[in-house]
This record gives sequence, structure tokens and C-alpha cells, in this order.
Amino acid sequence: MPELVLQLTRAGFLALLWLFVLFAMRIVRSDLYAASGLRAIMPGGSRAARRSGRGRMARQLLVTQGPLAGSRITLDSRPILIGRADDSTLKLDDDYASTRHARIAPQGEDWYVEDLGSTNGTYLDRAKVTGPTRVPLGVPVRIGKTVIELRS
Amino acid sequence: MAAPPQVQGRAPAPALPTGRGIELLLLAFAAVIVTGALVIVEANQEQELTTTLLWLGLAYLGLFAAAHFAVRRWAPYADPLILPSVALLNGLGLVMIHRLDLADAARAAQLGNDAPGSLVLRQVAWTAIGLVLFVVVLWRVSDHRMLSRFGYTAGFAGLILLALPGILPSSISEVNGAKLWIRFGGVGIQPGEFAKILLIIFFSAFLVQKRELFSTAGRRFLGLEFPRARDLAPLVVAWGLSVGVLVFERDLGTSLLFFGILLVLLYAATERVSWMIVGLLFFVGGAVLAYNLFGHVRVRVQIWLDPFSDFQGGGYQLGQALFGLGTGGVGGTGLGAGRPDLVPFAESDFIWSSLGEELGLIGLAAILLVYLVLITRGLRSALAVRDSFGKLLATGLSYVMALQLFVVIGGVTKLIPLTGLTLPFLSYGGSSLVANYALVALLLRVSNAARAPLPQRPSVPQTPIAQAATELVQRPDLSSGESRGAQS
Repeated sequence: MPELVLQLTRAGFLALLWLFVLFAMRIVRSDLYAASGLRAIMPGGSRAARRSGRGRMARQLLVTQGPLAGSRITLDSRPILIGRADDSTLKLDDDYASTRHARIAPQGEDWYVEDLGSTNGTYLDRAKVTGPTRVPLGVPVRIGKTVIELRS
Repeated sequence: MAAPPQVQGRAPAPALPTGRGIELLLLAFAAVIVTGALVIVEANQEQELTTTLLWLGLAYLGLFAAAHFAVRRWAPYADPLILPSVALLNGLGLVMIHRLDLADAARAAQLGNDAPGSLVLRQVAWTAIGLVLFVVVLWRVSDHRMLSRFGYTAGFAGLILLALPGILPSSISEVNGAKLWIRFGGVGIQPGEFAKILLIIFFSAFLVQKRELFSTAGRRFLGLEFPRARDLAPLVVAWGLSVGVLVFERDLGTSLLFFGILLVLLYAATERVSWMIVGLLFFVGGAVLAYNLFGHVRVRVQIWLDPFSDFQGGGYQLGQALFGLGTGGVGGTGLGAGRPDLVPFAESDFIWSSLGEELGLIGLAAILLVYLVLITRGLRSALAVRDSFGKLLATGLSYVMALQLFVVIGGVTKLIPLTGLTLPFLSYGGSSLVANYALVALLLRVSNAARAPLPQRPSVPQTPIAQAATELVQRPDLSSGESRGAQS
């Protein structure tokens, strides 16, 4: 085999071998972030995630059921307190709600609902909220007779 | 696949893609690399380039594609990097063995002898058998936890397999001074390779059962806690037997391997450094004892210290291997352009120096990284899987490959004394290859369990919450409800 071709194939083969290794490493890296939930760091996924997130960020809180149905609260960065207490952001007049029933607070771009030790509990869709739980858009949060949702 | 976040009580963890597509893509990539290697070897060895090479590459891809579809069928969430890494290593091994075949044939022709039997055809046959076993293991072992029920059976079977060559007459069991074979006709297998997997299963099952005893009951001595002797007994018996048998069979490499596995599994199960200290003391004691008792150990150590003092004798193999690595240098001579066949056993124990001569440091580093990917993915599965038996099993299986890698490469590059072990998937050797395929199948099984989404609770059809009536959880006693509410 001519010397030049030998040298080219030699270098080419090593490059190919390393390409395989780099490709495998890339998958290792993307898996690493996927498992830890830090999606934002992934070069490909971040843009898509941010795009979809920006368009669908929660902007207001809408009461869909209960005596206050139809009322809206515009969300900013402050947490929303819900309960029968006078200083609540959403003051409920409901026998099934506690004085300080639940809190919905932002963390990053997401909103989390947290039960404040209410008697009858807070439900995110069907599941009882035990710890701070992320509230996706359009998912009903039930507090006594009142149902609220986050809307964009 | 990543579905849009469904309405659920908790924020769902980002769904992992199964990775089967990536696996197939990487397998095709590996097939391209291996076919390329084959073409380069043929060109450099002045062989005729025909389309047969392309067909061989496609056949290789077909074999692994079959394995891939078995994974798709029986372990759909398994790690996507393990199988391609294995395929690449095995393919490179096959090409290198074929290349050494060509060199042997050329030398035989020069000397006017008959051409020696082709090793690569045997190895291809072993690869096929290995892949069949791989598929069978994936198919039959539907959940790795069922293996823990056969812990003692596996341990017993493993010990028998280990002891068998030692008991059988030397004519059947001895090859090159090591009694670890069973040969029927022309086919020899090393039962020790299979015993390795069985004993890892036993150790894992045993340690999971007795885990509390190892980390609670114990006696304090020199600031370290040691377990009670009776808890240790089955383990010590198993260890002593395996090591004893191996010393009797004069295979210190495998003996070292078993000792290392046991030590790492103990450490992984108990998280106690004292085990490592005790183990290292045992190791030093055993090494000194072996050095003083066995002549062949002293010879190995002498060769390790200075292979060139007896270059024409015992140091020839290691010396030639070092010359080979030196010839390869950083970039290697190019596949098929070196003389790796000068090293005795260039296709099995010394395939690392053969690859080093022709691919150089750059190529060796890449291959080492492929191994590293394989091992870290195994260990990652061990971290991610939810049951303790699976954790220990995956740790043991990954670690045994890592230790083997260290012992072999360390031996060939004169970092540690040489012991006769094979490089997983690269070296020529049927038993090692087939056993390692079974090992990888188990690893994929564990990683499948680690990555599979948690089983969903069967969803009961429910009325949408907007139409659901409020359920009365508790008869409202207004005053108490009020006071409790006020407390909260």
C-alpha cells in the first residue's frame, strides 16, 4: 500500500475510534443531566424547554369553582396565601377551608402549592398535597369547595 | 417517551428516552469502524480487497442487530451504551485476531510449514455462541431479583465449576502449566470464567441477606469494628475454597480477581473502610506467602522487575510486548503494518500490546475509554437501581471487568507482575467471551430495572374534578373546625 494512503487510513481510523468515544461521552453527559433534572444545561434541550416554558408561564390564578368562581388574581413573584384569614390573598368564605389553608408560591418559573396544615387538606387534581408540589398549568387545585387553576 | 406533563399529583420527573434508537445507531457506527479496520488490515497485509469484506461487516452488524432486537424486546429500558461498547470491543478483537492469523500464515508459508488453523473463525463461532447465550439470559432472567433466590445454589455451582479442572487429570485440564481447562476433543472451556458470574451472584445474595449483621453486630478492635466470626463463616469458606482451588490450579490472576470482587462487594454492602484494611492486609500476607511458596510466582516477579535480564528466556514475551508498545508510540504503525505477532500469545493475553503497536497510545486511550464507558454505565446502573441485590450484583459485574482490565493491562505494560487473564471481549478465548456476554446480559437486565419508569397504578376512570361533587370527609363540627383551623 502506498505510504500516503497508509498514513491517511491510520489517522482516519484513529479519528473514527475517537469519534465513537466522543459520541458515547455525549450520551453519558446528556443522561447525567436528564437524571438530575437539570434540563437547562443540556445544549439541545434547553432552548426547547425555555421556549415552551416562556409561552406557557403562569400569569394568573383563576377560581373555577366555589363561591368566588370567576375571580382572577394576577400573579407576580409574591406567594399567594389562601384561607379564611383576613390577610389572605384569596380570602375564602368556606366552612371546609382552614384559616390558613394553603400557599402557592413561585420557585423559578414554576409555582408550587403547599398545604399549611389545613383540616380538610389541599388536593392537586386527585392527589392530596403533602409537601410542596409543583402546579402545572390548568391543573385544578381543590381547597374545600373552591377549585383554582393556574392560567398563562 | 417524553409525553407532555400529564395531570398528576406530583411534578413528573423528566422521562428518560429508552435510548434504543441511539443504541442501534451506535451499533451501526461500531460496524463501520470494525469494517474499516478490516479493510485497512487487508490492504496493509497485501490481501486482495473484495466485496467479501463488506459482507463480513454486514454480517457483524446483523449479529449485533439481532442482539439489539432482543434487548428491545426483553429489556427496552436498558442502557443504550453497553451493547455498542461491547460490540466495538469484540469487533476490534476479531479484526486483531484475524490480523495475527494472517501473520502466522505468512510465517508458516515462509518456513514451508502447513498454514496453522484459523483462530478468528473459532472466535467468530464463540461470538455467535456468546450472543446466543446473551439473548437466552435476557429472555429467561426476566427480573434480576429472582437470581437472589438461587444465591446458595449459584455459589455451590460456582465452586464446583472452579474445582472441576483441579480434580480432573492434567491431560484434560492442563494448558501451559495452568490447570483450569476442561477439554473435549479440540474444544476447551475454562469453567472458572462462568464461576466468576455465579460467585458474584452468590456473594451479592449472601451480603444482602446478612447485611445487618455485617454493619451492626461486631467486636471492636483497634478502633475498627469486626463482624462476628460465625457471620463470616460461609463467606470465608467460599473465599478460602476459591483461592485454594486457584492456587492449586496455579492461576493466580483469577485468584486475585476473586479476592478483589469479594472485597469490593463487602465494602459496597457495608460501607466500612475496615473491610478494605483487613482485605489489604490479607492480600499482602497472601502475596508474601505465594512468593515464598510458589516458584512460578517468583519467576513472574523477576520478569516484572527486569524482563530484559533474561530476554531470551522468561522475559521474552514481556520484553517483546514492551518493544511492540514502544514501536507503536503515540500514533501506532497503522493496522496490519506492525509486527505484533513477534509476541507469544499475541492474540490472547497480549492483545493489548498488539493493539498498542498498531494503534498507538491514541488508539489505546480510545479503547480504554470505551471500556471505561462500559464500566461506568454498569456502576451507574448499580447506583440507580432500587433494590440492594441489584446494586451489589451490578457493582460486582462491573467491577470484575474493571479489575480484569487493570490486572491485564497493568501486567502487559509492566506496572504489576503479569498474571494470565484475558481482556474482556478483546482477547482470543471462547469461555471468556461467552461468559462475558452472559455478564453483560445481566448488567443490561439490572440497568433495565434501574431506568424503567415506576409501574403506574392502574387508573380508575374518574369523573373530571370540575363535575365531581364535594365529598364530605368529616361532619363539620363548626367550633372544632374553627379552632383547628386557627391553630394551623
